[in-house]
Parts: sequence; structure tokens; C-alpha cells
Amino acid sequence: MTVAVDKTKCIGCGACVMECSLEAIDLVDGLATPDPNKCKDLGSCVKVCPTNALSLAIPQDSKDELSSEVGSKFNLKEPLPESVSDYAQGNEKKTIRSQVTPIAGGDVWSGVWVIIEYNNGRVAPVSWELLGEGRKLADSLGSELCGVITGYQVDNVIPEAFAYGAEKLYVIDHEVLKDYRTEPYAEAITSLVRKYQPEIILMGATSMGRDVFPAVATKMQTGLTADCTVLGIDPETKLLQQTRPAFGGNIMATILCRARRPQMATVRPRVMEMPERAEGREGELIREEFGLSESDIHTKVLEFIAADARSTFLDKAEIIVSVGLGIAAKRNLVLAEELAEVLGATLAGTRGAVEAGWLSHDQQVGQSGVTVRPKVYIAIGISGAIQHLVGMETSDFIIAINNDPEAPILKVANYGIVGDLFQIVPAMTSEFKKRLQHGVAN
Amino acid sequence: MHFVVCLKQVPDTSEVRIDPHTNTLMREGVPSIINPYDAHGLEEAIRLKDKVGGKVTIVSMGPPQAKEALKKAMSFGADRAILLSDRAFGGSDSLATAYIISTALKTIHETEPIDLVFAGKEAIDGDTAQTGPGIAQRLGFPQLTYAIRIRELTDTSVTVERKTESGRQIVQAQLPALITVEKELNDIRYATLPNMMKAAAYEPELWNVNSLSFDLTQMGLKGSPTSVSRIFAPPGRSGGEIIDGQNDPAGTAASVVQKLFQQNVIMVNPLMKGGKR
Repeated sequence: MTVAVDKTKCIGCGACVMECSLEAIDLVDGLATPDPNKCKDLGSCVKVCPTNALSLAIPQDSKDELSSEVGSKFNLKEPLPESVSDYAQGNEKKTIRSQVTPIAGGDVWSGVWVIIEYNNGRVAPVSWELLGEGRKLADSLGSELCGVITGYQVDNVIPEAFAYGAEKLYVIDHEVLKDYRTEPYAEAITSLVRKYQPEIILMGATSMGRDVFPAVATKMQTGLTADCTVLGIDPETKLLQQTRPAFGGNIMATILCRARRPQMATVRPRVMEMPERAEGREGELIREEFGLSESDIHTKVLEFIAADARSTFLDKAEIIVSVGLGIAAKRNLVLAEELAEVLGATLAGTRGAVEAGWLSHDQQVGQSGVTVRPKVYIAIGISGAIQHLVGMETSDFIIAINNDPEAPILKVANYGIVGDLFQIVPAMTSEFKKRLQHGVAN
Repeated sequence: MHFVVCLKQVPDTSEVRIDPHTNTLMREGVPSIINPYDAHGLEEAIRLKDKVGGKVTIVSMGPPQAKEALKKAMSFGADRAILLSDRAFGGSDSLATAYIISTALKTIHETEPIDLVFAGKEAIDGDTAQTGPGIAQRLGFPQLTYAIRIRELTDTSVTVERKTESGRQIVQAQLPALITVEKELNDIRYATLPNMMKAAAYEPELWNVNSLSFDLTQMGLKGSPTSVSRIFAPPGRSGGEIIDGQNDPAGTAASVVQKLFQQNVIMVNPLMKGGKR
């Protein structure tokens, strides 16, 4: 007998290969393939398979059926008993045991670290969100929550980091860290990691986090998971469960870093909750020297051109006002422009609006344009073709205004307003203007 | 100048569909394409070659069928294409993949020194954006990620505009360097007929685990610190509220705006975000 592989379910993750003590299973062309001469039916691979693709005995008839299938597909309803919320609450039930011991050789790696992104005088809010999430992880592990600030003249950030929950702060304050550059930042973070050996380090999945963390992970020769949306601690193994969208957002995958430390992840902004800010909270401050000087660095920042709402990149915009063919003519674009102006939003549109010549190609949202994920997406006169929806449906909050109650955009909208955009949009603009100018929320 | 382009063959994730009857992810029949971001890296390398002269070498890692992507890439005007393909490479995560590709680039660099490496900012099937920086780090090249424009290329340095959340950063790096690129960098031209004919006859070089002196412990599943422990369906977007604004447009608009403030979807001062909150 040999372990049977359901090729329709196998995703080629390799968990079985890692688990087999007999080296009897391998990945061949992306599918688990057991070696009948080595397999002793231990079944350890069956237990770790995330998609239940492996089994010890299967009936003859279904075997024939499987062999006619080509490629790999898997049932999205079946594979997971728990929902995403289980991860967030740490209610993980199925545990993946590994023969690999997480901490080898007596090295101690302990503590949850959050790298605080401070650039051009501003802290990226995701840093504080991560202190909130880091608190939960540290509590599950029974370890401490630390913040890391690397930069130049960072003293005003220190009390803020304590206020948002850091128990301890590691600070490197040095002139070569004035502007963000990969080399000195990666070196500064790595030097702290080597010296203090944290178990987990987190950073926002921003352009900076996703630039510096791969460099740090390479220096440390450890694993890194990008753009996580859910984190958790496995109650048995105490491993960090790093969950992220994969395959163009069609599936979610939970990634583990079993044997190397630290466990590293970047986390998508605005996914984790902002923690309470406690003014005046204090903690331990540890300042470290930095060994690099300007002559060691191979890059130079010549200039920084700050973006405003008009020039911001669509995929980085926080509020987007987007138009479709429903606005009927270019002259009506002014309705959207006025709303965008009041909200400090960035203007965008559908392929139809771009092809009509109302907007430029770099303002196009959707499959053949830009994929956006703003806090707020306001869709004006957009019906919601699938090619448009794939480019914006992961926005935090969607407001759609359309006169067709059957428009697909209304199905993904938090607020779907059915009505005449030519009346509703100007009314919204003046209402926003009134409240924002007077600073009155209610 | 010697330009190297890192390129990956990927399934076209925008063509992936969920089967409405069985609720399964359908990967069969999904076309394989050149990772779109890598294609912009290739385009830029070829433009620069046209301008300053030199050579464009493409390096890819993948199964034997990735040869097709390399042949296609050759039709845009590259000079040499190498495919790293071996079962021993299979199952590599981004750390192990960067090890394998950087080992190949080191070998190339010894005989034909590299000036500039291009890679897409990320691959659309993995979205990690980690392999490019991993390669740069192992080669000891400065990395310039998320490039939207090459401002200047001299014999010793390159100056690029990088895209960040708060604006454009203009950075100069000494050569050799590695650049990962955004789609805004350029518009991809069509392949010319002579190049297409040349590409049709071209056979990419196949390098396997025995072609170079690889450390086997740093590749494949065993050389990869990260592993997938499970996969599941993403939570669906729950349906929202449908509001009828046909009878009283102004009143509806006012009440929607009020709700947006109450739920903190829109803040009183939208420009005051982060920092002090």
C-alpha cells in the first residue's frame, strides 16, 4: 500500500514532504507524489495535509475517477472547518505538529516586536494598529511587546509608542537614517534583532515595510510572510499563524515559519484594530549605537516629491471618488470633482469613462487598470462589471449611487443608493461641505 | 551595459474563476502568461539597451514549460534566456528562490559583469514582492523597489523615481543595482517581426541543479523556512444596505452623510490621520 493522493485537492504546499520521516513523498510538477518503495503507511502526512488530499486507502472506483482529472483544484467549501474569526480569537483547533523543534540549540528567541514606521515626520498609522495586535500575540505567548524606532530625531515618537502600548522601546537615532533607504534601515533593524533575538517581528505592509523586511529576512536567513490580514498563535506549538490572501485574492493561505527565528510578517494597513491610546504611559527605553556611516551606503536620496490628493497614486489613495458611464457626459465630471475636492479624495473611473476620454488611463480602476483598496470608495453611475469589481471590491467601505436597482455594484456596496445621481451627488457634496467646514460630525 | 531581467511565468490570476456549481477554484484552462510587472522590467531593459547599447539576459526559474514564456520574452528583443529548472528547486519559498536565482546571477556576473537587474515589483500569483529584494541582498547590490521612472543612467549610477504612499522618492544608486518595477514605468511595445522570427528559432538555455555549485540545503521545501499549513476560501463580502433615494434625493443624501460620520467612515478632518489620534 501507498498513501493515495487526490490530485484534485493537492495544492503542492509540501507539508507532507516535510512531515514524512522516511522521505517517501516528494513534489513532482507541483503535486505530492509518494514513492511506493519507501512508503510504509505511517499516515503522518495524512494528518498534516491542509486540504485533506491524502488518504491511506481509497476505493478502486473513485481512483479511476480521479485519474481522469487533470491539474489541481480544490473545494473551497470543504477544506476548513474553522472560520477566519477563529484565527483572530485564537480558537485554533486543528494543530499541525512538526518534527522540527522550533527552538534549537538552546537559543532563546523571545518577545513580539513592532517596527514603527516613521518617515517624513509622520508615523504610519499601521504601526499603532500593530502594537494593538502585537499585544494580543504577546499575551498568548506570555512574552513582552516591544517597539522599534529607527530614524533621525525621533524623540517625539517615543512617548507616542509607549502610549499605544509598547512596554519596551529599542531606538536607533542616527543621521544616516534621516531619509528612508533600504541599506541603513535593514542594517539597523538587523543589528537589533541579532542582539536581542525577538521571536516575532511585525511591520506594516507599506512600501517601506515591503522593501526593508525582505532585506532583513535575507540577512537573518529566516521566513517572511507578506501582506498578512490575520495573525494568531497556535495554542499547542506556539507558532505564529500568518494568514494572507493568495492567488490574486481567490484563496486565503495560512503560513508558518516552523524552525527559524524570528518569525517575520508584514501586515496590511487598516486591517487590525487601532488600540486605545493611554497618554502618559511609560516603558523601558533602550538606545543603541549605529555603526554605519554615509560612506558605507550605496544609495542617496536626491529629492522627495510629496503627493496631495490630486497627484496621489490611485492604489495608495485613502478616499476615491469614481465615475462610470452613468454620468453621461464629460461636463458632468464636475459633480465628482466637487465631491472629491470636499473629501480630499482622488478621482478615478471605469474603463468606459476612460475610453470615453473623460479620464486618463492611469485613473482607471479594474482588471486592465489599477487595483485599489481605499478606506472609502464612492462609485457614481457605475453599474459594476466584473472587470471593475475585481479592482475595487476589497475597499474598506463602498458607497454606490446608481439609478438601476439591479446594478451589480449595489451587491458589493455597504450603502447602495438607488436614485438619480445628478440630484444625490450634489446634495451629498453640500452636506459633506457643511459638516466638514463646521467640524460637526452629527 | 549588461542588463539582466528576472522573469516569472505565472497563471493569469484574473482569469481564475470559481465554479458556481461545485464552488471550486478552477485552475484548469487558466492561461500562463509572463508576470505583467516583469514584462515592464523587460521593456525597460530593452529600451535602455537601445539607448546605451549592450545586452539583455533573461533569467527565469520554473517548470520546463516556462520555456514558452522565455521564448515570448525573447521576441521583444532580448539576447539570451536562461531557465533554471529542476525538481530540486520545486517547493522553494521566496528565500530559497532568491538563493537559487542569485546563485545563477553570480555565475553570469563572473563572466559577463552585470550592471543592472530588473524584476517586477511582485508576481501576481504570489504577491509577496520578496524575491527581488532577496536577490539584491544576496548579490550585495543596492535595491530600488517600486520604480515608476528611470531618470538617469550613467556608467556608474542609476537614478529612479520610487512610488510610496506619501509621494515620489528620487533615489540614486551606484551600479550594479537591482530595480523592481511598477506598471507605470513604461508602455510595452509590440514585438517586431524580425525579433519574433528570431525568438521562434531560439532555444532557452536550461540550467539544472548540477549546472552550478548549489547548496542543496538552501533550496526546495527543506531550504524554505515558510510553509503553507492550510488554505481556505476568503470571507465573502456581506451585502450592504440598499437605500431608496428616488423620492427624496436631498433627504437621502443628508441621512447617508450623517451615517458616514456617525460610523467614522468619514472623519471630521480627513487630513488628520495617523500620528496623534
